[in-house]
Amino acid sequence: MNSVASFTVPTVTHTGVNTVNLTDKVTIRNLDFFYGDNRALKNIDVSLYDGKVTAFIGPSGCGKSTLLRVLNRMYDLYPNQRATGEVTLDNENILDPAQDVNLLRAKVGMVFQKPTPFPMTIYENIAFGIRLYEKLPKSEMDDRVQRALERAAIWNEVKDKLGANGQSLSGGQQQRLCIARTVAVRPEVILLDEPCSALDPISTAKIEELIDELKEDYTLVIVTHNMQQAARVSDFTAFMYLGELVEFGETSKIFTQPNDRRTQDYITGRFG
Amino acid sequence: MTAVNSPLYARRRRRNSVTMGMAFGATVFGLSWLILILAVLLWNGFSGLSLAVFTEMTPPPGAKGGLLNPIVGSLIMTTVAVLIGTPLGILAGTYLAEYGRYDKLSSVVRFINDILLSAPSIVIGLFVYEVMVASLGHFSGWAGAVALAVIVVPVVVRTTEDMLTLVPDTLREAAASIGLPRSLMIRHVAYKAARAGMITGVLLAIARISGETAPLLFTALNNQFWSLNMNAPMASLPVVIFQFALSPYKDWQQLAWTGALIITLAVLALSIIARFLGSQRKQS
Repeated sequence: MNSVASFTVPTVTHTGVNTVNLTDKVTIRNLDFFYGDNRALKNIDVSLYDGKVTAFIGPSGCGKSTLLRVLNRMYDLYPNQRATGEVTLDNENILDPAQDVNLLRAKVGMVFQKPTPFPMTIYENIAFGIRLYEKLPKSEMDDRVQRALERAAIWNEVKDKLGANGQSLSGGQQQRLCIARTVAVRPEVILLDEPCSALDPISTAKIEELIDELKEDYTLVIVTHNMQQAARVSDFTAFMYLGELVEFGETSKIFTQPNDRRTQDYITGRFG
Repeated sequence: MTAVNSPLYARRRRRNSVTMGMAFGATVFGLSWLILILAVLLWNGFSGLSLAVFTEMTPPPGAKGGLLNPIVGSLIMTTVAVLIGTPLGILAGTYLAEYGRYDKLSSVVRFINDILLSAPSIVIGLFVYEVMVASLGHFSGWAGAVALAVIVVPVVVRTTEDMLTLVPDTLREAAASIGLPRSLMIRHVAYKAARAGMITGVLLAIARISGETAPLLFTALNNQFWSLNMNAPMASLPVVIFQFALSPYKDWQQLAWTGALIITLAVLALSIIARFLGSQRKQS
């Protein structure tokens, strides 16, 4: 179904990606993004591989979060924001105006920087999303809720208080609840927008562990300010700067032998 | 010289105590009038309070009676006004905060709503008189309820919009991120997050209309007798207070005091409930 990616794009340095065993889940071609007249993304070309974790790093304002918000068309919620180019999910162009954005978002889930549990019980936070797509008897729903919470490694902490308000949990627990909520609707791709930046180190470690487990079933994309985190959790890393994709490659290569001077300067802490 | 001893610091301290003294004085001056009004009201109102007030009709001068018909009339018209005004107000507020956030139309609507919010209630009374009383040829409870509803709508529009605006956009994005269409997001996420504030708005609107006299004078008029007929003139507490307080009869004046006390206590209760809901919102 998916075409095997075998391309090279001259504008971006692809650092030694051996694409033989990789399948494109999301393919981005010539992507430009505008906030009004301000061009925030410039001619982005990159592939996100099936079942892998891709990290986007770069200094603030480089466009990494903007890129993430293109992948589920979150920018559609706001006027004066538009994307041009081509972004395909399983060879289907998601930028097509005919694309049903709600169906797209069911396939491409998102976890935000600040935890965003809904103002309802822990159980409802999960069941609510499932009910959008499936009508399940109570016992099956209970089962699905439990599995989603287990998947997000939070079941043991909340199993005795499923009726409590989701917003009463700690920040780290809320973030895992949000991951459970995302997982519950069975997406194929999960976008993580600096998911640990508001969390303490222990919660961060738990989320990172979780990311490692989730990649067995999902294609993950993470935006992070924390370079160690990118190095720890990702298989591929893309370095962005001023709206451009500077370099993309296997994480181990990007962090040890980057091709581009700017990448090297950034990962060694010379700017950003 | 240390900072504490410097003349600049001493002057700042003097200025601080003068300002504080003035603020304190202004507070005492303002509050004392309020306390005086409340004390007189309580004193005069409580002395006339009895079971008869809640069980008997308004009497002719010199006879025994109570305030049952105006109390019930007020309750009916207030209830109908809230039933008409709340859905309209919530829908319009939702449009302003959610759907029309970036539309030009919403700034026009918001501006008009602000004017309506501060429009003198007598103007609203005259308007409804023209539309519903003059054209139909008789005063009615319906006209009274509609006049009150016109006062409810802008209050509810405003609080609904304000409360929905306080719901963080990240929550809306989170709802969208699991594929929730906007209408469901508003119903299940935004309304839930803003619920306490929106209910507070409705309670404040009820408090606002329960003391309105002018719009009812032109629309529901008054009725000395027991009547639940919305097509006929209907008694209400504010209008009865107005009429009885201006009368030369001692027993009517007493009933007016008691009626004023009942309204004040009802509004006080509503405010306390609104406060309570408001504080709950902050905690969650």
